[in-house]
Amino acid sequence: MRLPCPICGERDIREFYYQGAAVALDRPDPEASADAWQDYVYLRDNRPGPLREMWHHDSGCSAWLVVTRNTLTHEVLGAELAIDVKGARA
Amino acid sequence: MRLADKGLIDRNAPISFSFDGVEYNGFKGDTLASALLANEVRLVARSFKYHRPRGILTAGSEEPNALVTIGSGGRADPNARATVQEIYTGLEARSQNAWPSLGFDAMAVNDLAAPFLGAGFYYKTLMWPRAFWERVYEPIIRRAAGLGTLSGQANTDKYERAFAHCDLLVIGAGPAGLMAALTAARSGVDVILADEDSIMGGRLNAETYTVDGQTGADWAANTVAELAGMDNVRLMTRTVVTGAYDQGTYGALERVNHHADRRDGKAVLETFWRIAAKQTVLAAGALERPIAFQNNDRPGIMMANAVRAYVNRWGVAPGKTVTVFANNDDAHRSAMDLQNAGVHVAAVIDSRNSAKALGDYRLITGAQVCATSGRKQLESVTYRTASGEDSISTDCLAMSGGWNPSVHMTCHMNGRPTWREDIASFVPTPGSIPNMTVAGACNGDFSTAACLAAGVAAARDALAALGTKPAEVPIPNAEDSDYKMEPLWAVAGKGRAWLDFQNDVSVKDIKQAASENFRSVEHMKRYTTQGMATDQGKNSNVNALALLADATGRGIPETGTTTFRPPYSPVAIAAMGAGAQGKGFMPERFITSHAATIERGAPMMEAGLWYRPSYFPAKGETHWRQSCDREVNLVREAVGVCDVSTLGKIDIQGPDAAALLDFVYTNMFSTLKTGRVRYGLMLREDGHVMDDGTTARLSDTHFVMTTTTAAAGQVMRHLEFVTQCLRPDWDLRFTSVTEQWAQFAVAGPKSRELLNGLLSTPIDNETWPFMACGDVTVAGVQGRLFRISFSGEHAYEVAVPARYGDALFRALLKQAEAMGGGAYGMEALNVLRIEKGFITHGEIHGRVTAFDIGMDRMISAKKDCIGKVMSQREGLLDEDREQLMGFKPVGAVKQLTGGAHFYPEGEDPTPDNDQGYMTSVGFSPTFGHFLGLGFVRGGAARQGDRLRMIDAVRGIETVVEVCHPVFFDPKGDRARG
Repeated sequence: MRLPCPICGERDIREFYYQGAAVALDRPDPEASADAWQDYVYLRDNRPGPLREMWHHDSGCSAWLVVTRNTLTHEVLGAELAIDVKGARA
Repeated sequence: MRLADKGLIDRNAPISFSFDGVEYNGFKGDTLASALLANEVRLVARSFKYHRPRGILTAGSEEPNALVTIGSGGRADPNARATVQEIYTGLEARSQNAWPSLGFDAMAVNDLAAPFLGAGFYYKTLMWPRAFWERVYEPIIRRAAGLGTLSGQANTDKYERAFAHCDLLVIGAGPAGLMAALTAARSGVDVILADEDSIMGGRLNAETYTVDGQTGADWAANTVAELAGMDNVRLMTRTVVTGAYDQGTYGALERVNHHADRRDGKAVLETFWRIAAKQTVLAAGALERPIAFQNNDRPGIMMANAVRAYVNRWGVAPGKTVTVFANNDDAHRSAMDLQNAGVHVAAVIDSRNSAKALGDYRLITGAQVCATSGRKQLESVTYRTASGEDSISTDCLAMSGGWNPSVHMTCHMNGRPTWREDIASFVPTPGSIPNMTVAGACNGDFSTAACLAAGVAAARDALAALGTKPAEVPIPNAEDSDYKMEPLWAVAGKGRAWLDFQNDVSVKDIKQAASENFRSVEHMKRYTTQGMATDQGKNSNVNALALLADATGRGIPETGTTTFRPPYSPVAIAAMGAGAQGKGFMPERFITSHAATIERGAPMMEAGLWYRPSYFPAKGETHWRQSCDREVNLVREAVGVCDVSTLGKIDIQGPDAAALLDFVYTNMFSTLKTGRVRYGLMLREDGHVMDDGTTARLSDTHFVMTTTTAAAGQVMRHLEFVTQCLRPDWDLRFTSVTEQWAQFAVAGPKSRELLNGLLSTPIDNETWPFMACGDVTVAGVQGRLFRISFSGEHAYEVAVPARYGDALFRALLKQAEAMGGGAYGMEALNVLRIEKGFITHGEIHGRVTAFDIGMDRMISAKKDCIGKVMSQREGLLDEDREQLMGFKPVGAVKQLTGGAHFYPEGEDPTPDNDQGYMTSVGFSPTFGHFLGLGFVRGGAARQGDRLRMIDAVRGIETVVEVCHPVFFDPKGDRARG
């Protein structure tokens, strides 16, 4: 499998480190409810189909990516730099 | 018997080889199978379960019977298919699964006991007593049944792995594959054409068909020559594509040197390829299926296509008097090719009443072979017609039950094939593999003309998907005969009719599975082992499904298929894991003082990929504890030097560097003064401890963070996550400088005196107090000095650019030794830190919180940090949690062990009574007894309690007293002095 790193281009999966759903980008406020924190740290929907997930190009450019991948077909639908995704929301 | 003037072998290149110790001759171009048949060797193997005599069945990679071991010693290659193995001078092949010899095999007694050894026999008969299963029954079964054995020696052959990329991958170089490759290549896209055979052309090399007026073999050779001359084409012979994976990735095994005369140890034997293809054309062809009848496994009974392949490609007659048994027109070609080569054809027995002779041979229609004779060599066949039974003397039977498209690869990503009634077989379901088009015989198009046209069409589809204009490629003229076939799976009658030759599964076994209610095809497969051998049932699966369908009263499509999985063909683990053995599996990272350390005779220990010295043996020391005790004492009393370069070092710079540190550490770093170092604790977002270390502030906007050796990578990734995913607004940059700096601990009461001998500007307690840091010139080199201590002594860490590491280490050691000190290793470092209650990943093992290690007050109330919110959860602050404490032995046994658990005195060592566990131990020469760190319920409240320490693994039990975790110098005066 290969991932399209926006910086390096299409690269082999072995260059990347996987870290679950892109929920990780949405860290709650320290004052947020216990439920919000519980959701953030532990709870994932795990629905089949397209999933936005975090990949780190740790054997490449060190960028964290938000990759959209169909968990049913393993089709990779796109990849963005996490820094851009986060920046666009700010 | 070799035929004159036939075949693609080079009769000017004779080759001698041996089989079971007997010398034979063949020619260049022969496989082991064709050469053995040329030498009239028919019996080549014993079957897996019943040790029945077996011969060569096929002429391709699907061969179930003719498995041999090539070579000997560490390079022995078991289960090589004689039909794939090319011969070379000096090749040594041996038969398998027979003792004392292939001709007389003692285990053939199994065949007589067959009534008791049917499907599932061991589930039913070997049940009692239960303990016998592992000790008696399984070893006996394993010895009796089997394939070739491994040598047990290290294999010195070289394997490698490689990657390739292309626009179009064409799998199979028969007429369809060649036309697909040619069309795509002439259109200008990058093409890889892979074929498992040693020469490309597929069936064209084994048939007498012509293509555009040339022989099929010549046309194929000319086409391959054109492709070979094109820069955008890579031809891969002897390369079997083994699996289809996500995103157009294919595995492929190239047999690089199995055919080579000499293997000098440097040449690669096999290469495992990973091919990334934008588009793929699968032109894998089809496999002929046998017919099940009584004793259809005798040596001399072969597939009809194999018989004419041996005649046409290798110039070998597989028998003197050949009979054909078939249900289709195609097999009649074998009779004609044999006759044209001058081999006697006794008869063609065709199960169809409507069958017509295609040439001048005896045709018996509406007939089925129902029995055979000849134990080690076929002698006769008996056939049955409406008017009765009759026998024919024959030494070779060419059988054909029709053809099965090779759909395997299309099922590797959960695809299921589609049943096609007109050919009574499965074809690939379109779209089973993304971006793959299927062409030719593997799609159910069996004539040469249809294959050639399908290849062009498939290439045009692929080119359209690639957005490339297709070149106009004329389709050559070739035969276009109809595939006339009437299904015949098994001939009714007594005795055993074999389906899966490699696993010895008979028609009776399938029926038995059905009658015992293993009706699901997947249950039948596992109960009978049908299709579970190394050939994955390539010859037999469809027949078995048809028989299961019949036995359960269902249609074949409703019965369904079992799941084909990669690899299509067996792949040696050595090839898949190439490059990942030994040092390749775990590369070594060396510290700059490695050479100097080895010179001093220090045994090295692994720390991740790093190698660090355990201890430095002095003259006369015979046990590591002597060295360790001495090294601890020299640090406590004089000065010790230790390479600490393996700790992660991260250089952080920018206006927001301090903000980052405040956020990833529990404690405050923005208040740290320039020229000072602070200990920091890092949590994961779930509130548990991730790592710890010291961070030095070199300027307002410049910090150097250290991590533990083990967590350096994790912390780096964590910082990347925090700065890219949570706070991209921060203005800072950081990079790992672990390898750029060599860093040495100089620890002990004489440490400053030692350093002052090397520093350009001497230091004192005023200029360099505890936790001071800054730039220094050491031995003329610009470096950094940190006054930090992991031993509890007055200590420093001195860092220089890595290229000076070796020189500085030697200079430091020379000074230390002159002052009564010396080097110390990991064992002493461990004892020193245990005496001080300092933690490592032995303690912060991923399940402990700051509270558990007594550092909850380090979580600053003034700011947010990663893990802060979750660390405050009620259950993580419970006083009854297991918390870090020290332990010393007070029982009769004075030894403490890591991993031991604690139980109350007078109570049983049960999980309910568990009070905690030991994480680190060491013998302290300072105190004269063992010390331990560990976790105990209730923590500090338990100080002074006595507990049973039990190490169930090592069988050690003693009594320990719970102590404060800091045993030595609890006030820390020595480090500040």
